[in-house]
Amino acid sequence: MQFEKFLFYVFAAILLFAAVMVVTRRNPVHSALFMVVAFFNCAALWLLAEAEFLAITLVLVYVGAVMVLFMFVVMMLDVNLAELRAGFIRNLPLGVLVAAIMVVEMILVVGPRLFGLDSFPAPAPAPADYGNTRELGIALYTQYLYPFEIAAVILLVAIIAAIGLTMRRRPDTKYQDPARQVQVKAKDRLRIIQMDAEEKG
Amino acid sequence: MDWLIAFWGWLPLPIQILLKIAAILIPLLLLVAYYTYAERKLIGYMQVRVGPNRVGPKGWLQPIADAVKLLFKEIILPTGANKLLFLIAPLISIGPALVAWAVFPFDAGVVLADINAGLLYILALTSMGVYGVVIAGWASNSKYAFLGAMRSAAQIVAYEIAMGFALVGVLVAAGTLNLGEIVMRQEGSFLHWYWLPLLPLFLVYWISGVAETNRAPFDVAEGESEIVAGFHVEYSGMAFAVFFLAEYANMILISALTVLMFFGGWLSPFQGIPLLGDYTAWVPGFAWLLLKTFFFMFLFLWFRATFPRYRYDQIMRLGWKVFIPITIVWIVVVALMKVGHMPWWFD
Repeated sequence: MQFEKFLFYVFAAILLFAAVMVVTRRNPVHSALFMVVAFFNCAALWLLAEAEFLAITLVLVYVGAVMVLFMFVVMMLDVNLAELRAGFIRNLPLGVLVAAIMVVEMILVVGPRLFGLDSFPAPAPAPADYGNTRELGIALYTQYLYPFEIAAVILLVAIIAAIGLTMRRRPDTKYQDPARQVQVKAKDRLRIIQMDAEEKG
Repeated sequence: MDWLIAFWGWLPLPIQILLKIAAILIPLLLLVAYYTYAERKLIGYMQVRVGPNRVGPKGWLQPIADAVKLLFKEIILPTGANKLLFLIAPLISIGPALVAWAVFPFDAGVVLADINAGLLYILALTSMGVYGVVIAGWASNSKYAFLGAMRSAAQIVAYEIAMGFALVGVLVAAGTLNLGEIVMRQEGSFLHWYWLPLLPLFLVYWISGVAETNRAPFDVAEGESEIVAGFHVEYSGMAFAVFFLAEYANMILISALTVLMFFGGWLSPFQGIPLLGDYTAWVPGFAWLLLKTFFFMFLFLWFRATFPRYRYDQIMRLGWKVFIPITIVWIVVVALMKVGHMPWWFD
């Protein structure tokens, strides 16, 4: 137990450090990489909480897919740092206000009154053959089947909408149709003609 | 023998685990070294050449000589490169290729970490290999490297989806995420292995695996004729060698995983055949696993010597418009087979 606690504090410390770096680094690529570190440590914390399915899925989805696309975009941006800094002072009061409201709200909701240690005793560790994946699957596909399917349909709509927004016909671009390309025979492209030898002049 | 077992039990647990890790990684790295030698020899023979034959008998010491040479070369940092990221990129690229072996079962019960979400773990780790490539391309501060990184990242992201869906098919068929149990579900005979009911998924997985590792004919990320060496064009010495190691370790991993998911892992191909099965029962499962993996590793080399490089837009078309629809359709078919208790495989 003691060792697990030690691990928890190590991962939590790295997570907080990385999260602070995400918002303070000037270079957006560094920020994105620190976000990857943050996700990773978050996954480690979830593993410690015996939620291995969520932990691995976090790495798979956020580190393996979402952040790769982020990096893709961020790397190709040429961010002008001076311009970014110019707006900082002007927007500072608004930013502080929003941050303060959020901190107060968070304290009200997840403060020690509702989520204190005495209302949540440490859960007993699950037996070794306990499978978090199986439990989640059973819950999702029986009790929560409708919400699950509705969420899936909403995501599908989002995918179609995103594709619909970026689809545009450009008549001036040239396309190649691979189906037609592979069907081409030699005689479509090549004409062999009989021709008498020419006389040398 | 007894004192050895007693000694093993006496060792503290972290040391035991470290020894097990060494027992996996040292043979793996040796295999990588001799894989490069096999590649040069085999492609040499396929092109009617001899291949390396000067260092040691028949060139056997060539990989060692290469490693020593790379070790003593200077690692050049390009001006304007991001130093830390430039040096960290090769490590990020080899890390997942090695860590994935932690859940790989070499025989019944012979596995470093027998976790019940093994397949997910493998998926999550192989999806991280792309960071090494992307960071290397960006940190090099070079246009060629950046172009190579962009190409390879787009390609890996595209083929990862098809690969993931193919593995969902395996998951549906086996009903478990534990790699050892996936193998045990294929027990019976050569025809019980999942390559037969999941044939389209196997083909998609294998071809996507070749594309994931940026190997010919999908090696546009390092297309010599257009962008020199792609994302690792600025790397030299050991930093380059680590990228090289990562690529070959990934190839071995993909071959071994294909065997595990679709070709019955350590199961004997003669199982269930009347006389032959009994006569070959003494062969350890690990030998079969190795033989099958070698076959797929050979296919990597065979592809490289046979196929011309794909055009980039066609790689994208193949990944998105051909493979992903095939996998989605076949997942439904597998689910129907499973629900209908298809005789022979799923009864």
